[in-house]
Amino acid sequence: MSTLQAPQAPGPSALHASLARPRLPRWAPAGLGLIVIGLAALLLVLGVGFGGSVALGALTYLVLLPTWSAVVEGSRAAVDRLVTSLVWGAFAVAMIPLVWLLWTAIDRGSSTINLEFLTFEMRNVIGDMQGGIYHALIGTLLVTLTAAVISVPIGVFTAIYVVEYGKKNRLSRLVTFLVDVMTGIPSIVAGLFALALFVLLVDPAYRSGFAGSVALSLLMIPTVVRSTEEMLRLVPEDLREASYALGVPKWRTITKVVLPTAFGGIVTGVVLAVSRVIGETAPLLIVAGVADSVNTNVFSERMQTLPVFIYYQYGLATDKGRAYAWGGALVLILLVMLLNLGARVIGRIFAPKKG
Amino acid sequence: MAKSIDVSDLNIYYGDFLAVEGVNMTIKARSVTAFIGPSGCGKSTFLRSLNRMHEVIPGARVEGKIVVDGQSLYDPAIDPVAVRRQIGMVFQRPNPFPTMSIYDNVLAGNRLNSKRMKKSEADSIVEKSLRGANLWNEVKDRLGKPGMGLSGGQQQRLCIARAIAVEPQVLLMDEPCSALDPISTSAIEDLIHELKSEYTIVIVTHNMQQAARVSDDTGFFNLKAAGQPGHLVEFNATKKMFSNPDEPSTEAYISGRFG
Ligand SMILES: Nc1ncnc2c1ncn2[C@@H]1O[C@H](COP(=O)(O)OP(=O)(O)OP(=O)(O)O)[C@@H](O)[C@H]1O
Ligand SMILES: [Mg+2]
Repeated sequence: MSTLQAPQAPGPSALHASLARPRLPRWAPAGLGLIVIGLAALLLVLGVGFGGSVALGALTYLVLLPTWSAVVEGSRAAVDRLVTSLVWGAFAVAMIPLVWLLWTAIDRGSSTINLEFLTFEMRNVIGDMQGGIYHALIGTLLVTLTAAVISVPIGVFTAIYVVEYGKKNRLSRLVTFLVDVMTGIPSIVAGLFALALFVLLVDPAYRSGFAGSVALSLLMIPTVVRSTEEMLRLVPEDLREASYALGVPKWRTITKVVLPTAFGGIVTGVVLAVSRVIGETAPLLIVAGVADSVNTNVFSERMQTLPVFIYYQYGLATDKGRAYAWGGALVLILLVMLLNLGARVIGRIFAPKKG
Repeated sequence: MAKSIDVSDLNIYYGDFLAVEGVNMTIKARSVTAFIGPSGCGKSTFLRSLNRMHEVIPGARVEGKIVVDGQSLYDPAIDPVAVRRQIGMVFQRPNPFPTMSIYDNVLAGNRLNSKRMKKSEADSIVEKSLRGANLWNEVKDRLGKPGMGLSGGQQQRLCIARAIAVEPQVLLMDEPCSALDPISTSAIEDLIHELKSEYTIVIVTHNMQQAARVSDDTGFFNLKAAGQPGHLVEFNATKKMFSNPDEPSTEAYISGRFG
């Protein structure tokens, strides 16, 4: 019937030969990298521009390593080396702005930061007197916290509706569409909207941290909805069914099985959303205004926030103003890092555990 | 109190797709009923329609009648949650709750429904259920560890323990032993024998010997042809099914000759 023939059993030596392949030494990529860097440095000394030397160096590496590999290891390994180098290269390029930015902020900001800078406000500070960001720090924390308090319940409940109850009906698809549209709202528009809202509702001169929080929550909600939705969808249908089969009603299944399983991811999503809005300047400049002193009441009076502080100080165009701006920027970056670390810890604690 | 189940003219759909057609049978109380049949013929689908788990899938629906102890299961007045408390289920794939420990997994049916109970009572339910599922000796020293840390077969036995911990009237088991070693399998079979004195048990299996060993009645499902809905070919006492079945196709399937 079939025309298949039994494959000829290869002898042990044939098998051996077919599995073993010559390999470049382990240090090859790194060693070659060092050599190429040396070459690039030489070019730089010889007067080729910085960009030119880097480009030439990278190109040389991308040609040399695969060629060397092709000679020793064969073509498949050569392609592998080429792609690996490209991926590493892309990673390095992506890291450059990040590290550079961090370094600049630390370089220019760290000398400004001291205990006074963190605990003084700017009221009656003139000339070279010591001022600080205390009021802006409090403002940022309050405004962002309020924004989170507004958007997290709305966002999470919306996502629960879309994933658990909507099941792709008209309304849930409409909600998803609107959320996508909201994701693209420019922050200044959110600020203007909040301003118009409070001008209509309260009075034309109304400025407050709360108005800023409303503007920020417009920017936060879509992110929270989106990330929570993704996390809820990751919870396997099997778990919901296991719960239903035990006679557990749907709402309890959601609160006791689905949400705990997705909790770590939801927290991460919320923190990412917070990090996204904590540095917003335009809407806060419009609706929360500028202030020199501490205001702990989000519902009345202008409230200073860190981004606005940075913007304002930089706008002064004095040496002290610039230094304060960088100091504030560094604090803001540290704040965001702290938040992300906190989210990781929480995510780790609540992640489903194995073993 | 165990329950009998009467099924008449049952059609089961996934959206427009008719998966199982025209099933009629009576599942006796305090007995073991086994379903056999080739893959994709609708055994799981039929089983899930017995405790209203089928409708959990979007677009899935059922036509026809299922009567449990005089109550029509698909009557609009019936609460599916109440049905599922009475008719428990073990799934084809193990699905322990990843956020819970072994202990909490066993108690999930009680805990998730916020039933209050004393620690000693809870402990005894956990031990009894885990012993019933032949898992106690393996996990008794690590009850606080996550349920996901168990092997696949242990997870399945954990799911069985979880299902029997709420003491349902009827227990539906969808290939509960397909991931188990022979020792655990025989422990589960022993458990089925024990439970049968109080509960009604329905089990899907691909293992003919198992069906012959544990069940009192057997239903054979088959597909008329690929793409056609599954249907119940024959439903008879297990002894008769395995010695001289009414339908030639049943005999062919059981003896390993197809078509
Ligand atoms: N969620 C679903 N949506 C649509 N069709 C489904 C779904 N689940 C099952 N089906 C279809 O219904 C039919 C019966 O499937 P079912 O899972 O009941 O088979 P089975 O007899 O349990 O098979 P197995 O022995 O492999 O478990 C198959 O044609 C299957 O493709
Ligand atoms: Mg199945």
